[in-house]
Amino acid sequence: MTNLENLYEIWVYLQTEPLFWLTITIGAYLIGDFLYKKSNINPLVNPVAISILIISGILIFFNIDYERYFNGAKFIHFLLGPATVALAIPIYNQIKLVKKEALSITITLIIGSLFAIFITYYLAKIFKLDDQLILSMLPRSVTAPISMGISELINGIPSITAIITITTGIVGASLATFVLDFIKVRDMTARGFAIGLSSHGIGTARAMSRNKTAGIFSALALALSGVAVSIIIPIIIKFIL
Amino acid sequence: MLRAFFVILLFQLFGEIIQKYFLLIIPGPVIGLILLLFTLIFLKKIKSKKILNLKKSVVNLSNAITSYLSLLFVPIGVGVVMHVSYLEQNLFQVLGVIIIGTIITIALSAKLMEILNKIIQKKND
Repeated sequence: MTNLENLYEIWVYLQTEPLFWLTITIGAYLIGDFLYKKSNINPLVNPVAISILIISGILIFFNIDYERYFNGAKFIHFLLGPATVALAIPIYNQIKLVKKEALSITITLIIGSLFAIFITYYLAKIFKLDDQLILSMLPRSVTAPISMGISELINGIPSITAIITITTGIVGASLATFVLDFIKVRDMTARGFAIGLSSHGIGTARAMSRNKTAGIFSALALALSGVAVSIIIPIIIKFIL
Repeated sequence: MLRAFFVILLFQLFGEIIQKYFLLIIPGPVIGLILLLFTLIFLKKIKSKKILNLKKSVVNLSNAITSYLSLLFVPIGVGVVMHVSYLEQNLFQVLGVIIIGTIITIALSAKLMEILNKIIQKKND
């Protein structure tokens, strides 16, 4: 009996410790990543979605507050900021390419980003979604660390933005080849750039596994559109919406 | 490694300070990203060995962090458990916006860039 009581005490203690939640978070992610690689980078087997399912399953099963979990996992969360700063590198690495194709990259970047935001806004209005949900959806086309940052600043709900952003990436990565073949775009730079711009990291991972040029342009668009959308959304909210 | 981490944190810190000071709605880390990018471009002309080494380690560390980028938004993502019923009420509408919006965005931006590439190529020829 005392043994069981001891175990219970350890369990209660662990729940308050970052060590436990960091181990669970990284463990769940490794399981997700393993399945993702096993599936040959199938976007539907998304490692983040799998990790979220595993961890929220644990929280619900043991009736643990989200706050308690987040408090423990916040060291991982903290790295979002540095990771965003680090996105300067994919742009810097391709700076020659950016200069060479400056005109088409700049125009596509601005018009494509504007379009991603406006189409989300008007579709959400047509479907009669409420304002907070719309704000949480607006930055969905850019990489999650940035979309969540934008969401927080414009009074959206960052965790909803995270899920919607991931879903966008999964949808984009799954449908991109089909859509691009259908409209007969064969230019690999245009294909890659459109994928990175609309479906960020998840689309980029897919593009990289298919074609090198498309992968490079997708990674570039991922980083550039993060910056573009961060600047465009506040302007749109201030002057248009 | 430690120096590189310091550099990245420093740029994020500058970004956050600028954001708060000018009350910008652009996330501080994105401002940090822009500052780091311009600093790297500016330093391109300077060929001092110390700076080259530091630059190299910043690039290496950045590649390491961004290769695990998706792990980093798991903690916030789990927060969706608190909003499940809210999302459930709007599930089909939200999926509709995402699917239609993403398809149109991909198609339009790819077509636009293809056309632009062709025009520019013709002009150059």
